[in-house]
Amino acid sequence: MSRTAALRDWLVADTPASRRQARLGRVYLQWLTFRRNWLAVAGLAVSLLLTIVAIAAPLLATHDPAVQNLDIRLRPPDAAHWFGTDELGRDIYSRIVYGTRITLGMVVAVVILVAPFGLVVGCAAGYIGGWFDRIVMRITDIFMAFPRLILALAFVAALGPGIENGVIAIALTAWPAYARLSRAETLAIRGSDFIAAARLQGASTARLIFGHVAPLCLSSVIVRVTLDMSGIILTAAGLGFLGLGATPPSPEWGAMISTGRRFILEQWWVATMPGIAIFVASLGFNLLGDGLRDVLDPKQT
Amino acid sequence: MHRARLASFGGWLVTLPLTLLGLLLVTFLIGRVIPIDPVIAIVGDRAPADVYERVRLELGLDRPLYEQFFRYCSAILSGNFGRSVMTSRPVLEDISRFFPATLELATIATILGVAAGVPTGVLAAVRQGSKIDQVIRFLTLIGHSVPIFVLGLVGLLVFYAKLQLVPGPGRINVAFDDIVTPVTGMLLIDSAMQGEWEVFRDAVGHILLPAGVLAYFSLAYIARMTRAFMLEQLRQEYITTARVKGMSEMRVVWRHAFGNIAVPLVTVIALSYAGLLEGAVLTETIFSWPGLGQYLTVSLLNADMNAVLGATLVVGTVYLGLNLACDLIYRLVDPRTR
Repeated sequence: MSRTAALRDWLVADTPASRRQARLGRVYLQWLTFRRNWLAVAGLAVSLLLTIVAIAAPLLATHDPAVQNLDIRLRPPDAAHWFGTDELGRDIYSRIVYGTRITLGMVVAVVILVAPFGLVVGCAAGYIGGWFDRIVMRITDIFMAFPRLILALAFVAALGPGIENGVIAIALTAWPAYARLSRAETLAIRGSDFIAAARLQGASTARLIFGHVAPLCLSSVIVRVTLDMSGIILTAAGLGFLGLGATPPSPEWGAMISTGRRFILEQWWVATMPGIAIFVASLGFNLLGDGLRDVLDPKQT
Repeated sequence: MHRARLASFGGWLVTLPLTLLGLLLVTFLIGRVIPIDPVIAIVGDRAPADVYERVRLELGLDRPLYEQFFRYCSAILSGNFGRSVMTSRPVLEDISRFFPATLELATIATILGVAAGVPTGVLAAVRQGSKIDQVIRFLTLIGHSVPIFVLGLVGLLVFYAKLQLVPGPGRINVAFDDIVTPVTGMLLIDSAMQGEWEVFRDAVGHILLPAGVLAYFSLAYIARMTRAFMLEQLRQEYITTARVKGMSEMRVVWRHAFGNIAVPLVTVIALSYAGLLEGAVLTETIFSWPGLGQYLTVSLLNADMNAVLGATLVVGTVYLGLNLACDLIYRLVDPRTR
């Protein structure tokens, strides 16, 4: 028997000998389901590719994204400048490559701010219940009463434009959905016997929430995060496009479209190339999220 | 049964004012934390100290925060949203002038989105797993992934610049300005009522592309939800029963299955209508459409906070109203929620 076959048998064993074996086995089976969906695999590939591009941007860029050269302004795509040049003669391909860092950076920052906070608040509201639950739910109601981009716009108007403020504004509009989701999951778990057993053993409320309830809400939060990433990308690009997110010299995709818009009728590539970049990134995360949902959260499909 | 329904209305009567109060609190706090000094915004930064102090007192900025919030609420509730620095008109007057254009755009887009999205979703569900289902699913996925402003720009590039099928940005040709007296503020309705068919035709030409772009996004959402709802129904046993009884497929799908998804579908449509308010901000910027979205962004770039917060509040209230309407329709029409 070859080693891979042995590993496979170990993973799919009916009677796992350890907790680790059971856990790895489940991940392996989920991976098998995931792999059957080629769109989801494509989404995973795009997401990984974006991460690599963001990390290795200096190696992949052919030009300095900030260097201007007015002699070659607004050149169409050719061998030297794969995606053409913009109105200041900067290489659009290199700018898009560096822009990946900004976009993914914003996405990651929003997720780090929002997902743990929403998860804990939602679990606490669902588990503790009572007036605490009511107040938290009213607050989420208020935040969800505004369309996302519009509330983000109002926050940015108050805080001033910029990447950090854009992240804060998007985070402020994004957390209620996570709190709602975790609360709903918690309500379903709260009455389970194993929670009652842990409580009888003397576990504190905090321990029950962090140790028993929150980990079970995690998979739906992960699915939600992946599906939300494309929304975050689109909102961030929208803010940049309106001149309220990242501001022009920085190679943010939305801001690039905003300047390229002036040349759209003659030099289509200036605005279209970053537009394609946003679309590919957002589509990749959508496909990945759809695939993950099928695997991790079968009851929703 | 009746009492339960009353109780749910009662619940709304409590939560709705609370949520509205919360909306006011959010806009009030945003207005408080801005780095721009509201006094300087009015008197300018070269005003003498006594003028500055007088305006500060007039604005009530020396009062405690809760008192300022109370004043803010009573001003808003009596329809005083403050004055726009940019247009120097009351903000509410500005909003009532710009809002109909957005409403018109969003309504046409929703009509197009429903007309195309519902049959598409049903078709995809009936032919689940087929080539056509995959094409439809992919098209709706694109609708969730492409930025609305990119689609708008590409639309302008292709249909206006290259093919010249539609007129350029704007709501109407400059030559037709001021022919129609605004009654509803919605150009299509006003021009039709006043028999100005040339203006009407021009307005239709102008609205086609922006509404089409917005409609694609509502189509993507509506088709996706319709497909999911239909799949759930088509799995049920009563569908099998209907088929076994020899009922035509047309009747099974449209009368039985579709009849049962009509209620949740209304909710989806209302939500997508509300979502278009958001899409309108970016679309109106691309198409120079003189609506609330453009008003909001132009005010933002000019740091005109009264206008920004007024528009945000109006959009939030409309959004909330649509959600409430959905909820009520749901409770009234769906017997299971009684």
